[in-house]
Amino acid sequence: MGFEDLFLGFQHALSAQNLFFAFVGVILGTIIGVLPGLGGANGVAILLPLTLRMPPTSAIILLTSLYWGALFGGAITSILFNIPGEPWSVATTFDGYPMARQGKGGQALTAAFTSSFVGAFFSTLLITFFAPLLADVALRFGPPEIFAIQFLTFSAFVGLGGGNPVKTLVSIVLGFILAAVGLDIVTGQLRMTFGVTDLMQGFDFIVAVIGLFGIGEILLSVEEGLSFKGVATGMNLRVVLETWKVLPRYWRTFARSCFIGFWMGFKPGGATPASFMSYSFAKRFSKNPARFGQGELEGVVAPETAAHAAGVAAMLPMITLGIPGSPTAAVMLGGLVMWGLQPGPMLFREKADFVWGLIASMYTGNIIGVVMVLAFVPLFAAILRVPFAILTPVIVTVCAIGAYAVHNAMIDVWYMLAFGVVGYVFKKLDYPLAPLVLALVLGDHAENALRQSLIMSQGSLAIFMTRPITAVIMAAAIVFFAMPAIAPWLRLLRRRRARAVAATPPGD
Amino acid sequence: MRAADLATVAVLMLVGGVVLFDAVRLGIGWGTDGPQSGFFPFWLGTTLLLACAVVLGQIAGRKPRGVPFVTREQLGPVLKVLWPATALVVLTQVLGIYVASALYIGFYMRWVGAHSWRSIVVLSIGIPLVTFLVFEHWFLVPLPKGPLEQWLGY
Amino acid sequence: MRPLSRAYAVSLLVPILLAAGPALAAWEPTKAIEIVVPAGTGGGADQMARLIAGIADESKLSPRPVIVVNKSGGAGAEGFLYVKGKKGDAHTLVITLSNLFTTPLHTGVPFNWKDLTPVARMALDEFILWVNAETPYKTAKEYVAAVKAKPGGMKMGGTGSAQEDQILTIQLEQALGLKFIYVPFKGGGEVCVNLVGTHVDSTVNNPIECVSHWKAGRVRPLAVFDTERLSAPEWKDIPTVKEALGADLHYLMLRGLFGPPAMPKDAVDWYVDFLRKVSETARWKKYVDEGALKPAFASGAEYVKWVEENEKLHRDLMSRGGLLKK
Repeated sequence: MGFEDLFLGFQHALSAQNLFFAFVGVILGTIIGVLPGLGGANGVAILLPLTLRMPPTSAIILLTSLYWGALFGGAITSILFNIPGEPWSVATTFDGYPMARQGKGGQALTAAFTSSFVGAFFSTLLITFFAPLLADVALRFGPPEIFAIQFLTFSAFVGLGGGNPVKTLVSIVLGFILAAVGLDIVTGQLRMTFGVTDLMQGFDFIVAVIGLFGIGEILLSVEEGLSFKGVATGMNLRVVLETWKVLPRYWRTFARSCFIGFWMGFKPGGATPASFMSYSFAKRFSKNPARFGQGELEGVVAPETAAHAAGVAAMLPMITLGIPGSPTAAVMLGGLVMWGLQPGPMLFREKADFVWGLIASMYTGNIIGVVMVLAFVPLFAAILRVPFAILTPVIVTVCAIGAYAVHNAMIDVWYMLAFGVVGYVFKKLDYPLAPLVLALVLGDHAENALRQSLIMSQGSLAIFMTRPITAVIMAAAIVFFAMPAIAPWLRLLRRRRARAVAATPPGD
Repeated sequence: MRAADLATVAVLMLVGGVVLFDAVRLGIGWGTDGPQSGFFPFWLGTTLLLACAVVLGQIAGRKPRGVPFVTREQLGPVLKVLWPATALVVLTQVLGIYVASALYIGFYMRWVGAHSWRSIVVLSIGIPLVTFLVFEHWFLVPLPKGPLEQWLGY
Repeated sequence: MRPLSRAYAVSLLVPILLAAGPALAAWEPTKAIEIVVPAGTGGGADQMARLIAGIADESKLSPRPVIVVNKSGGAGAEGFLYVKGKKGDAHTLVITLSNLFTTPLHTGVPFNWKDLTPVARMALDEFILWVNAETPYKTAKEYVAAVKAKPGGMKMGGTGSAQEDQILTIQLEQALGLKFIYVPFKGGGEVCVNLVGTHVDSTVNNPIECVSHWKAGRVRPLAVFDTERLSAPEWKDIPTVKEALGADLHYLMLRGLFGPPAMPKDAVDWYVDFLRKVSETARWKKYVDEGALKPAFASGAEYVKWVEENEKLHRDLMSRGGLLKK
């Protein structure tokens, strides 16, 4: 590549028309991101037919900007209401929501948006300079590697420990069970549907999350009275500047999360595992891990940086190989075909203006996005001032719409309600919800990848040892699982060594 | 607290049993090319039952703390959220989401918030109307509709 | 006025108006047309449905918008059962792939295409045997010889289980005495990527799923599962399976639309006309060309006959492959 390509791309991306589309895309995307159940993939799919009348470069800019908007928007409801608008925002709720309850919603939102932007910018830079090079790495990831990644994400998160271990196990298993309901693609058999049509679609992650986190949290919080907590203090833009002053302190978390996000995003794996993994690492490496989950700013920075880095990185395999790196990218690929473009490795050579216009628009789109959402931080934070008797029915209605929109199915709305009650009961009885949700989101993929791997190896588990990438990831995963058991020994060892060092007379 | 804990474990064990039952139907073995459909569900079900047994043991081995799962004062507001939400879902099935949410928002504002009738009318009609425009017109996402929308030609 | 009585009044009025003036169109959609996709977003059927929606909007072919709804649960069973339940509805269509036949046959879900109202066949999708371009197999014969030399050692990737890709694999195995390891994936794009990454040895992807990797020199087409070669210039050098291997194996996948049971006749006529117009647009033709689809618009008796024959074919193929619901 040369800089003239990028320059050409910017000429496209900065045209008045395309800037307008980027702007519209970001607004629509933010709305879609806020509505739980209508994810980036749905949003892009919904707009797709309307893009036929546009030139392809404008069309892709509109759609990708919508995607960036959805990535930004997902954080808003996570922080304010504990309702993740998107799967990758689940980890954002862990600390973002407690912050909002403490009246620090503005800070949490600022941190989330800024982190998102940093992650996106990092990935965009890497894509700009290394896209074709990295594409080949993505190809090396077959089912065994994908399984290993899922396994690593899971072990990194669960190995964090905390709470009653048996109840954690119950949560995990329940998540996996829910994930197994529906069609088993490996054999084409229906599982646990008992002939009920409504069960065939299985339990969607988003529906479960809206119920468990969103409705469950409302039920829990009203126990202390019919009101919302967390009326923000500063309702002006100063909160943005104040938060920015603090953020550079977390540069390590930013850097780590950028890498995790990009690494997980540009090959099949995705933003959701990236956000969980990044959160786990942030907590692990933190000096005060106990503060995580109580409203720690770093706990917002980590998942949001990673999620947005991964979201942008997911475009890389789409541009270079025609592989969808995420469900949203899959829909965009469909768009390329509809516009008469051939997605895949030839796109870079045959449609350079399109590709570089798209890459350049990643810069413009994300800049427009971050400026816009930051400008609205005070407004978003002010939502919590709306009287309880108005906000509650509106949230419940939005949740119901979101649950319905996932599959256009009424049954999902009922599930949502049921999950709400389950979330309430579980939370009160100390069953942790996050492992359940992670198991639900990873369960399906992990089982498929595992079984595909085993079919490839004809039933031999050795396939996870003999492939180099898989072996390394699996080894790391096993270390994380063993962490709670090894950690005390390590600490002991370190203390002894420290004592030994202290004991040696100086001057040696 | 104890009763709720026990009831939850009982429900979970029931789930475990159902999972096992279905897993056996699907085949729990290890076929020539990897596990059969019921393999993982079988072990998930078994693990769930075992874990539940341990939780039961924990409950039995602990003295009742005498803390109720939920006090009467707490249950009141919880139900005040839960019942209307359930009503919303039931009404949505009959009237569609737009009419149902208008009634729900209006009712809630009056019942819990005792807001003025003017703001109730504005919000309970305005919010569903905006939702309608956004979903049915802009995004072309069909949401559940009832007789009113049908009559209007949607 | 109650909604029912209004609808009733309109239904009474329409014939009168019709009799009054032939200039009045027979039936037109009065609300948004819903195309149900019994598969996920981003797949071939989803793409086609959204293309139809886009063309309808672009070329102003419909007075009301076309909206696309995905109902992919249970290998599409959810979508089919949903449409089956909309008896007499004039504003719902379902776009089908081969799961119209395979899903009920394999899972035993109570549903058959006869429950639906056939509207039109839009195109037929081809299947090609692909290998990775870095492998030494230049022809299907060489590849088959390699599979024979290593029975049960070569991996064939495909979409789902007991669906078209596995049916084709079993056909190949039975006709030529081969044994593959069949690895099911979630979608066609994913299958081809796994071929490029050499995680599987061959695939039977649709042309559109692999074409771009082929142009980039990553995969190699060996044979087409059709009775004749593909007509497009860049594809016409690929031999048919019969030419390459001597076995008469051919299989085409339906890309067609159905309405709910008892869809009003006037509505069916309108949709047939609408879809024909769609299939005549330049954009549609370009799409069909790029994807090496077989343009095969058909409606009425011709369509029904084709579907009948293909249901028989699927039952036959699947029973030979042991894929029927036990």
